[in-house]
Amino acid sequence: MKWIASALLVISLFLLPSFAGDFYINLASQILIAAIFALSLNLLVGYGGMTSLGHASYLGVAAYISALLTSRYGFGHGPAAVISIAGTTAMAAFFGVIALRATGLGFLMITLALSQVLWGLAYRMSNVTNGDNGIAGLTRPMPFGISLDSAASFYWFALVVASFAYLMMAIFVSSSFGSSLKGVRDQPRRMAALGFNPWMIRWITFIYAGFWGGVSGLLYVYYNKYIHPTSLSTTSSAEALLGVIAGGSGTLGGPVVGAALVLLLKNYASAYIERWNMLLGLVFLFIVLVMPTGIVPGLSRLATGLRRGSR
Amino acid sequence: MTPLMSDYALEVINLKKAFGGLSVIQDVSLAIRPGERRLIIGPNGAGKTTLFNQISGDMRPNSGQIKLFGTDVTQFAPYTRAHFGLSRTYQIITLFSDDTLEHNVTLGLLGLRPSRWQMWRPLSFYGDLATEAHRVLDAVGLLHLAEHPVSDIAYGERRRVELAMALAQKPRVLLLDEPLAGLSNTERSTVKSLIASIPRQTTVIMIEHDMDTALDLAETVTLLNYGRVIVDGDRDAVIADERTREVYLGV
Repeated sequence: MKWIASALLVISLFLLPSFAGDFYINLASQILIAAIFALSLNLLVGYGGMTSLGHASYLGVAAYISALLTSRYGFGHGPAAVISIAGTTAMAAFFGVIALRATGLGFLMITLALSQVLWGLAYRMSNVTNGDNGIAGLTRPMPFGISLDSAASFYWFALVVASFAYLMMAIFVSSSFGSSLKGVRDQPRRMAALGFNPWMIRWITFIYAGFWGGVSGLLYVYYNKYIHPTSLSTTSSAEALLGVIAGGSGTLGGPVVGAALVLLLKNYASAYIERWNMLLGLVFLFIVLVMPTGIVPGLSRLATGLRRGSR
Repeated sequence: MTPLMSDYALEVINLKKAFGGLSVIQDVSLAIRPGERRLIIGPNGAGKTTLFNQISGDMRPNSGQIKLFGTDVTQFAPYTRAHFGLSRTYQIITLFSDDTLEHNVTLGLLGLRPSRWQMWRPLSFYGDLATEAHRVLDAVGLLHLAEHPVSDIAYGERRRVELAMALAQKPRVLLLDEPLAGLSNTERSTVKSLIASIPRQTTVIMIEHDMDTALDLAETVTLLNYGRVIVDGDRDAVIADERTREVYLGV
């Protein structure tokens, strides 16, 4: 059944541009971007047991670096992308050193504080970031000379990047390093006694998550052609975290489902209700009550239950 | 002839540890030769587990030194000590309960291999890890449960997984913290013969309350009380000692 579901998903992802209108194609692109972001956060939250409330930092900083380099300093998209990802990854390495002095709630508070600093900077350093006005008038890159300005072409671009990101993160969590990471999440003391360096394992994961957070930030700014300090805000970090938890942290499908859910609610509900955040809250409350481990683990448990019942 | 410093597998020199005003290890010195079987006994609160935690690096002493094969490891992190050939088990079972027995033992193997850092290949790529994990599980008599999660198996079996994880590392020094705790008579004799079969390349230091079983396994015994070594020496001499009777055997 899992195979059928995956096959259906792959087919619909491929066929989507041929039957859906631009609105839906764009929505799908946004979901892909949010999925990469949620997957990268899930490396920390689900597989590393490090609940971060500042992951938007990596999305936002990558987006800002690319926006500034291309719009203000005349960089091409290629070098700008490389510098932006390298810069974001380096920042993750630095933030990791600070945040990993603590675990649990302390870690969460430090990540929150660090992201608040960046958000404040984006707002206040208006001579650089253009403050509350954001940076507008950005362009999309043209990989191999192909324009990404149409909804469908950008969708294909996002799909390729997202598939690659998914694959890389799937390999990461099933690798021996992934096993080390999950071990450190569950029994750090035992892992240290077995010869694993828990701090180093967490730090490397933090950097890797920052890297993919940066990749999603690049796509984000390419898609929107605009960047505003809200992208760095706690709300964007919290939305992604809610998506990861609702979808099922520590699973590969969970963050994707969760990210899709958040975006769909945002897009549909906000058309009808002004206080769509309230609806989002209620939906999450419902999910947590019915399926405490998230949608994907909850549904797969339901499926195994049904299969056993029908036997 | 007096042995050289490096003639000892493990040396503990004037170790002191206090939690606030409570002195748990007052002044402990031990010297254990390679291959030795040492039993550490003492009433509850004597500082036995605290001593183990400092040897393994989970806790730092206030003062004193710990040496493994002549190297001062007092400031080393637990994982560095593991790479020096030190393994331990826990009094309170500390396993990965959602994972299979095979995966638990595999983690023990992985901890000492450079491939623990490998991110681009699935763990299953390393077939030799699984083979070795199965061999170790077979040695502790749990091969038939290899694919079961730890949460499925009985308490006595979990004790053996604890042991298997440590043995998989082929340690030079093995610390066993109450390996018989909570076991039935049959299980106890299984674990006892398991411990007896540990090769001589491994120095075994064991905390155990079950004297009937543990004394058979020991060659030398250290009696701790109130964070001090009361008696230390050959098994029979320690048992016969007046102070042992006073402190521990309660006669």
